[in-house]
Amino acid sequence: MTRAQKESRLGWLFVAPATFHLLVFALIPMAYAFVISLYKYQIFRANPQFTGIQNYSLALSEDPFRNALWQSFRYALLSVPLGMALALVVALMVNQKLRGMAIFRTLYYIPAISSGVAIAMLWTYVFLPDTGMINMATSLFGIESKDFLNKTEWAMWALVFMSMWVGLGPRMVLFLAGLINIPQSLYEAAQLDGASPWKQFWKVTLPMLVPTTFFVMVTSTIGAMQVFTPVYMMTKGGPEESTDVVGYHIYTEAWVNFNTGLASAKSFVLLAVIVVISIFQLRMMRSQLRGYSAS
Amino acid sequence: MKAFKNPWVHRYWGLALLLIGSVVAYAAYQVVASPIDTDKRQDVVALVLGCVVVLWGLCTLLSAGIKKGLSYTVLITIAAFLIAPFVWMVLISLHPSKTPIPPVGELIPKAVAMGPDNKPIMVLGPDGKPVEKVEIKPRWDNYGFVLNHQTLPVKRFLFNTVFVTCMVVFFQLLVTSLAAYAFARLRFRGRDPLFYLFLGSMMFAGPVTQIPVYLLIRNLGWLDTYWALIVPGVSSAFSVFLLRQQFLAISPELDEAARIDGASEFRIYSRIILPLSKAALATAGTFTFFGVWTDFFNPLIYTNSTEMRTLEVGLSIFKNSYGGTNWPLQMTAAVIVMLPLLVLFLFAQRYFVRGVMLGSIK
Repeated sequence: MTRAQKESRLGWLFVAPATFHLLVFALIPMAYAFVISLYKYQIFRANPQFTGIQNYSLALSEDPFRNALWQSFRYALLSVPLGMALALVVALMVNQKLRGMAIFRTLYYIPAISSGVAIAMLWTYVFLPDTGMINMATSLFGIESKDFLNKTEWAMWALVFMSMWVGLGPRMVLFLAGLINIPQSLYEAAQLDGASPWKQFWKVTLPMLVPTTFFVMVTSTIGAMQVFTPVYMMTKGGPEESTDVVGYHIYTEAWVNFNTGLASAKSFVLLAVIVVISIFQLRMMRSQLRGYSAS
Repeated sequence: MKAFKNPWVHRYWGLALLLIGSVVAYAAYQVVASPIDTDKRQDVVALVLGCVVVLWGLCTLLSAGIKKGLSYTVLITIAAFLIAPFVWMVLISLHPSKTPIPPVGELIPKAVAMGPDNKPIMVLGPDGKPVEKVEIKPRWDNYGFVLNHQTLPVKRFLFNTVFVTCMVVFFQLLVTSLAAYAFARLRFRGRDPLFYLFLGSMMFAGPVTQIPVYLLIRNLGWLDTYWALIVPGVSSAFSVFLLRQQFLAISPELDEAARIDGASEFRIYSRIILPLSKAALATAGTFTFFGVWTDFFNPLIYTNSTEMRTLEVGLSIFKNSYGGTNWPLQMTAAVIVMLPLLVLFLFAQRYFVRGVMLGSIK
């Protein structure tokens, strides 16, 4: 056996456990999920019936699922830009060359590592009418108490607000990594040209952060489109399905209504939506980068 | 620039800000705290602003610069907003069980008996007799009550979480570091397509696989066992990616020399690459640790007996069994779940930050 053959065999031996795991817990399940999605099938009942693409047409024509897609869009469209803007501002703050910044970075990361269920319980309390933290604070300013989690016009905003708080840490660190990688010489050149700090931010910092920004955007959007735990714990999709996001909707379809086939079809629709959004965002990044290199 | 010319400037500014802030805050506080029922909105704003100015003054004095002082003030304010809910959580957990949440000025716990309209009817001392003076008495026994809960095996939840998390971290590091070594160091047919397959699965597995994996676990007879909680986690594309990144950064000359000396690939992996990658292993391990510890969805669907639940699911059961009204006990349970995470995070936080940064280099 030649050396190359031996190395090839060893290579496969080394990746075998991980690859076996990938096959058994990701790739085969994905294929199998597609097969299930073609059947009228309820998990605890026998006799699945092959129905072709009927589950897909049913899912897409069904108002609750359309609503769920719309609510997920709404959640992502609100939470991703707001969360990113906040994280960028905070990253700029902690990127200053001052003593003790490490302490602030650590503090700002704490919400992100906490238990999702405990966080959801805590925020249920924070949003309580009358006695919750937010209503207590606003009542000092004479603002009327609101039942944030039980009002259709507020519930989504409450979830978005919480997601900004939870998601700040990781996004901040990513932006920070981007900021540290910007060569200092660019700022020196800008200063020689007499650019104000404000102008430096728009002409140097932001263009150099384009790859980071899009990376944060793509990963945050994928996460936001699949959000589950806070909705499960705090609103159960209510009030009046105003927070019935797809992640939660598919969970109820699969594990409460036990419409296994239909839930699989819906999860593939979600997957397709996420892939399309990600591709769209990556295209956007390429044209952005091209725009900057041209000018 | 002027601040550099006169080293005393920041002190003047700091003292001035301190003085102005405290006068404004004190005056506003007098109005806000007064029993006269008038519109106090402006005074609340003034009180808050006054406190911020006092903070600014302090920061200016301590950091020797008015601009630096402002930066610190903003940073501290943000930190306060982020941490305040946790502080409230601890304060509420120290209230007697079943008491409604007290108004903002009375958050420090005291023993209060509640009338039918949820208004305090009298203040009780430790001996149960009414007293004039309000007795401050934090209820630390709430923690004992939750830890030794009569119907929920909280210690078992804790054991399950710790056991499952440690097993997953150990096996995942083993499996993924082997794969990462092959991807970084060995040439074999189909290596690059396989690596992209790993990366792709990281992005898009999501909710699609939940039903088939459930069916698989059911057919293996693993439902409601530790196998169901451990085996699906023993490999992760993210860890493979992270470790490969690190292994590529190690100079190949080191292992070439060992290879010439006749060392086997496994020996190079275990004696050269792994010892040089302790930090990256710690990073991947930390990420997995927190991910598994706080995982809610998998234990929720793969287990159903109370004995097999983890802390996360146990906490949600706890919440539901109290109907969402007993806030002091709920917050006690939440603190119990949160505290180990917080302590571990403070030890492991530098690996965390590294991991997020490594993950971003693509």
